[in-house]
Amino acid sequence: MDPETAAETAEAGHANGRATPSRESVRQLLFGDRWDYAPAPESTAHVRWAKRYGHFIDGAFVDGTDHFASINPATEEVVARFATADRKVVNRAVAAARRAYEKRWQPLSGAERGTFLYRIGRIIQERARELAILESIDNGKPIRESRDVDVPLVAAHFLYYAGWADKLDCAFPGAKVRSLGVAGQVIPWNFPLLMAAWKIAPALAAGNTVVLKPAETSPLTAMRLAEIFDEAGLPPGVVNIVNGAGDTGAMLVAHKDVDKVAFTGSTEVGKSIQRALAGSGKRLTLELGGKGANIVFDDAPIDQAVEGIVSGIFFNQGHVCCAGSRLLVQESIVDTVIEKLLDRIATLRVGDPLDKNTDVGAIHSRVQLDKIEELVQSGVDEGARMHRPACRLPDRGFFFAPTVFTDVAQSHRIAQEEIFGPVLSVLTFRTPEEAIAKANNTPYGLSAGIWSDKGSKLFKIAGALKAGVVWGNTYNQFDPASPFGGYRESGFGREGGLHGLLPYLEVR
Amino acid sequence: MAKRTKGSKRIAGRGERVAVVKTFKMFVGGAFVRSESGHTLPCTDASGAHVANVARASRKDLRDAVGAARGALGGWSKRSAFNRGQIAFRIAEMLEDRRSMVEARLVDVVGLDPDDAAAEVSSAVDRAFWYAGWCDKFAQVLGGVNPVASPYFDFTLPEPVGVVFAAPSRRSPLVGLVTAIACAIAAGNTCIVVVEPKHALVAVDFAEVLATSDVPGGVVNVLTGHRDELVPHVGSHYGIDGVAWYGAADAAFATLERLAADSVKRVHRLDDRGAASWRREHGKSLAWLERHVEWKTAWHPIGT
Repeated sequence: MDPETAAETAEAGHANGRATPSRESVRQLLFGDRWDYAPAPESTAHVRWAKRYGHFIDGAFVDGTDHFASINPATEEVVARFATADRKVVNRAVAAARRAYEKRWQPLSGAERGTFLYRIGRIIQERARELAILESIDNGKPIRESRDVDVPLVAAHFLYYAGWADKLDCAFPGAKVRSLGVAGQVIPWNFPLLMAAWKIAPALAAGNTVVLKPAETSPLTAMRLAEIFDEAGLPPGVVNIVNGAGDTGAMLVAHKDVDKVAFTGSTEVGKSIQRALAGSGKRLTLELGGKGANIVFDDAPIDQAVEGIVSGIFFNQGHVCCAGSRLLVQESIVDTVIEKLLDRIATLRVGDPLDKNTDVGAIHSRVQLDKIEELVQSGVDEGARMHRPACRLPDRGFFFAPTVFTDVAQSHRIAQEEIFGPVLSVLTFRTPEEAIAKANNTPYGLSAGIWSDKGSKLFKIAGALKAGVVWGNTYNQFDPASPFGGYRESGFGREGGLHGLLPYLEVR
Repeated sequence: MAKRTKGSKRIAGRGERVAVVKTFKMFVGGAFVRSESGHTLPCTDASGAHVANVARASRKDLRDAVGAARGALGGWSKRSAFNRGQIAFRIAEMLEDRRSMVEARLVDVVGLDPDDAAAEVSSAVDRAFWYAGWCDKFAQVLGGVNPVASPYFDFTLPEPVGVVFAAPSRRSPLVGLVTAIACAIAAGNTCIVVVEPKHALVAVDFAEVLATSDVPGGVVNVLTGHRDELVPHVGSHYGIDGVAWYGAADAAFATLERLAADSVKRVHRLDDRGAASWRREHGKSLAWLERHVEWKTAWHPIGT
């Protein structure tokens, strides 16, 4: 076996991805290298896309300048080229959104607005597979996730908010509500379609119009979404999409005719937006980074917890702001949990995102891969112990094997900084109080998990955690009806549910 | 009727009693304190005559107040909502009981006519009472169960933001102050307010109401001074989680927002209106209480 891909662990017994034979307590499925899975590629034959894209403004696809390439992270091939919106283009898009707000979208009844959202949701369901394939190609996420998680949630989000559009008067009893105007929205690359849906659906339901800027490394599916808006007959200018990188985003959020800004991305950029918007009077919501604690108590159902740990950190290659990237295990069960976890990780299949058997796809970009590698190296340098299963990584593309660190101290960078990759840091605790203190010991406050069979303990810990989303005996669950968002430096405002309307309404 | 012993009458007329005048201190951590800086600001009545000196809150005073508020947060937010409500109602009781003192201050210092002063205090009592009632009710109205499409029990509850700094109305001497405090503490936050010299004596009177209302020390901290002077320190203090700025001037508020970005503070600019408007309905708003909460969503599988 290639030494590059052999299991890296300080524990001798873990070579070849097999568990230590001496551990008789744990029954194992010994897949290892006994056989390979036959490839099960998703057919892409029926999916077409353009080589070049401009922007989507005022209901039309318009040409642009200064094109940049979006890369398929699994192959490093160019997917398509996208124009960069400069100030003039951003101005045009915002002006189109303003006109549409005043002339086309506001005059409609809530029921009519809702019907458009409903149409969009239905078309997304009809074209679900095509969207999933494009998402996996441009983003690198496994087709199993884009097909079974992302795209169904995207459709559900539009359908959910379709039903709110004609019930805004009932949403906040006793209060008068009003739309805000033009929303400038900047979204990240980790869930390109889902983030677009989280932003666009509540904004439109509340009666606003939108200028959206997708991430420059994953802009493909937003352009497909624009086609769907067109197909749904959405009035021109109600949603405008401009392509470009950070400069375009900065121009958009600072635009004087944008009334509301919504941003999902890193805490660093979020802070710079909050700073840039100071004194502007614009409404702002931020959904930023996290360093989620996944807390496993000694009375937890351990096998279920191991599944939750895996989905908590390896879902979407760990490119998840609410990832359970810090595992806090009660000291008395840490050996068992780590054994079972490493055995489970040895069965994860890393590789072609378009293969239906793939569990962990491609790291989204070279930049992200470099960042993960740098932080993992810091973990090694700072003295944590690294465990990695044997897995053959593809020759091309950006891939990173699932990685677990034990002997992690709270001061280590891998326990403090958001890695945004398939890297888990394991810490231990003795008492519930210690678990709470360690879980809350970051500037973030987005998500947390608790594993215990004791209900009273779950409620106590859930109440004490500074986190906007707490998963008890589960992890990484999402639903359009469920508000999502952070405490502290993970941002403010909620997306999803009734509370997801608040950022897009003036409530008096 | 003998002249009221207002602060300015340090020298009484011939034959009158020489009154023992009150020192108007700030209220921090449950104690009445002077400014650490030793600085004071003159407080005048409506005619411009000097009435008293009030503490001029410094950066260190603010930090002390944040320390007190943060120390009190755990206890206050973990009390039962019913118990928080009981204490909040008690504020209304005590203000009603001490209304003659506060009314006199509103007449003598702020310059309201007696009817206005009585209306101001009545409205402030009613406002305190209104928010007190929300303590054990807002969670049901603002939170709820989320009907998710999978076998999970999923609910969203409001929780306090944490330590809230409020710069209350400059136009409403008492109702604005009571509103700013009440909507923060009803939601389970602890708070710090800074009141400018014009209304500082009324605020200190109200602090005495708080001190006798079973409000735990540090839950409400009343500073006196210039609010714009404290902007840089409020904005950059990592121990302050939320800010409610009532009737902000553009420049000061922009500075505040810019500095607040470092710790991703929740900064809210809220309408200030005329005193009469405050007395009627302005600020009586669940939406204002909602600005002082975070949403926590929790999931659990449903199964056996």
